[in-house]
Amino acid sequence: MLEIKNLHARSKDTEILKGINLYVAAGEVHAIMGPNGSGKSTLAHVIAGREDYEVTEGQILYNGKDLLELEIEERAAEGVFMAYQYPVEIAGVSNKYFLRAAMNSIRKYRGESVLGRREFIAQLKENLERLGMDMNMMDRSVNEGFSGGEKKRNEILQMAMLKPKLAVLDETDSGLDIDALKIVADGVNSLRSPERSTIIVTHYQRLLDYIVPDKVHVLADGKIIRSGDKSLALELEDKGYGFLKELAAS
Amino acid sequence: MTSETAMLEEFAQREYEFGFVTDIEADSIAPGLSEDVVRLISSKKNEPEWLLEWRLKAYRHWLTLEEPNWQNVKFAPIDYQASVYYSAPKQKPKLNSLDEVDPALLETYEKLGISLYEQKVLSNVAVDAVFDSVSIATTYRETLEKHGVIFRPFSEAVRDHPELVKKYLGSVVPYSDNFFASLNSAVFSDGSFCYIPKGVRCPMELSTYFRINAQNTGQFERTLIIAEEGAYVSYLEGCTAPKRDEHQLHAAVVELVAMDDAQIRYSTVQNWYPGDSEGKGGIYNFVTKRGACRGKNSKISWTQVETGSAITWKYPSVILQGDHSVGEFYSVAVTANHQQADTGTKMIHIGKDTKSTIISKGISAGFGQNSYRGEVKMMKGSTDARNFSQCDSLLIGDRCGAHTFPYIEVRNSTAKVEHEASTSKVGEDQIYYLRQRGLSNEDAVNMIVNGFCKEVYDLLPMEFAVEARKLLSISLEGSVG
Repeated sequence: MLEIKNLHARSKDTEILKGINLYVAAGEVHAIMGPNGSGKSTLAHVIAGREDYEVTEGQILYNGKDLLELEIEERAAEGVFMAYQYPVEIAGVSNKYFLRAAMNSIRKYRGESVLGRREFIAQLKENLERLGMDMNMMDRSVNEGFSGGEKKRNEILQMAMLKPKLAVLDETDSGLDIDALKIVADGVNSLRSPERSTIIVTHYQRLLDYIVPDKVHVLADGKIIRSGDKSLALELEDKGYGFLKELAAS
Repeated sequence: MTSETAMLEEFAQREYEFGFVTDIEADSIAPGLSEDVVRLISSKKNEPEWLLEWRLKAYRHWLTLEEPNWQNVKFAPIDYQASVYYSAPKQKPKLNSLDEVDPALLETYEKLGISLYEQKVLSNVAVDAVFDSVSIATTYRETLEKHGVIFRPFSEAVRDHPELVKKYLGSVVPYSDNFFASLNSAVFSDGSFCYIPKGVRCPMELSTYFRINAQNTGQFERTLIIAEEGAYVSYLEGCTAPKRDEHQLHAAVVELVAMDDAQIRYSTVQNWYPGDSEGKGGIYNFVTKRGACRGKNSKISWTQVETGSAITWKYPSVILQGDHSVGEFYSVAVTANHQQADTGTKMIHIGKDTKSTIISKGISAGFGQNSYRGEVKMMKGSTDARNFSQCDSLLIGDRCGAHTFPYIEVRNSTAKVEHEASTSKVGEDQIYYLRQRGLSNEDAVNMIVNGFCKEVYDLLPMEFAVEARKLLSISLEGSVG
């Protein structure tokens, strides 16, 4: 599914990623953990294609394709989805309109027919129910006036509608209370399938109580310093990031 | 340069779609302006003596005026002696049906997407087509006349309904009002005249489509709309011009009169040629538009989508004279490339419990400069009058500008005036977000800009809302089709 080889990236003059190697097989859920400033979010944005970052070395292969050669929207159409830590607001554009335009834009890229209104609404209803969201929200402008929790839920809704092959969740748990966290986790879990891979970027392990990862990687100073299974997340919670940093230094 | 920035560059260099020239023989007078020219125009139109006198008074007054210079736009001095003040396509003097209209003219309007054949008109819209200085066709006349609605070229109204024209001409915008209104009063050639009698709800949208074709020609049309007690009319105005290297002056006057319980909705989609990407050519759109809510409970709404012209300089206004009358101004103004706009409104509250709403959306791209200038005046007798103004500016790129000049004058302590203003930039974050969801760069910018304008679009008549959206997407079109 995704293979990252010796990835180096920088923003302006600061090198942030200093040689990332990561392999995510189809159907797997990987968690990327690490202290603030370790480069977790940068990694997520480099996968999505944000233009503020410059890749100076290395490669990202996605289903055999050179991901770094693709435009942001081409990556999206190829099945890469990013749930943002800070979803932006778009005034005057309803969620419904935006979602359908996005879905149809992707369908067009894939040579599929336009999604009819009725079918769209049916899918939307189903996913809204699953996420405990109200149809009224869909007539409101994209994320405008949404609470932090509503924004995050809206990201998961978009993910459920767009059905990506690779979902990258950037700090989706931040700012969520425990009930919202559970709903978001249920949403992610319900999308788990042998064809779909997920990368969860998080600072805390609490989300991983609800979305059990296949692998956990710890990122520090732009490098993955340790990989393991779910128990690594628990160990990290127990001992703190400081312990790993020492480990890396030694 | 990131691709977002590149996209914004493209946005700033949009192409003009209606820049073609119609090759048609014209009856034009020599350039220049004098009393003789005013007399010549009047005689070409077989006007009555009183109208010639009115024109001459306007002309003599104009000679005493200086071109104003308080606006926030820049242009080289206009040589008023170099312009042609009358140009008409040569054709039979009197037309009995569309079949007698020169095919080249019909084709021009077809190209502009306006069919003058009634059976081909999809929607319920009556059209008056003004080509350079004259009106060439007015559709649906008979249907309208059954309801007592008079909708015809201004010059015909002068001939057929002189009492109405005489009563209302200059009653809202006097010939002495301002430099360009005086010039228009002296040399105006044609335009549309609408009269909706008492209690009549006009059965269809009325529309005038203005086209400047001839070279070095100014267009000076006058529109006069009168809604008698309890009448209702929705009026649409559209305009285009060919691409030409020199600037052309368009100085129109629009007067609206609403009596008791009458309502006039006036919508404009202005798409005059804006000049090229270097700022060469384009229309100077210096227009005076004003409505008078004379009767109680009357209502006048101006809705405008301004995408064209090298310079747009206009303030559709409402004089709220009747008690409980309502004035509204909703505007979207786009300036790209080197376009400049200084536009807004004036709401003059005279009557009791009068209410006005102003919503202005300015979009600037490229080197565009967009100014909102609005005046809200609460006069002594305007007890309990209210105004709400909202001015939002959207910047695309970092070489354009947005400016807001609100003037508020309150002489009644019970009046309430609210003003809100905001300026935002099309964020790279927003574009990134939308692209990550699969939308192209262009679709993303389009979506953001259309969302920004939504409040105003929602108020446009259906037909026009579609046209306005289309126009904005054409404006936004970059290299990808």
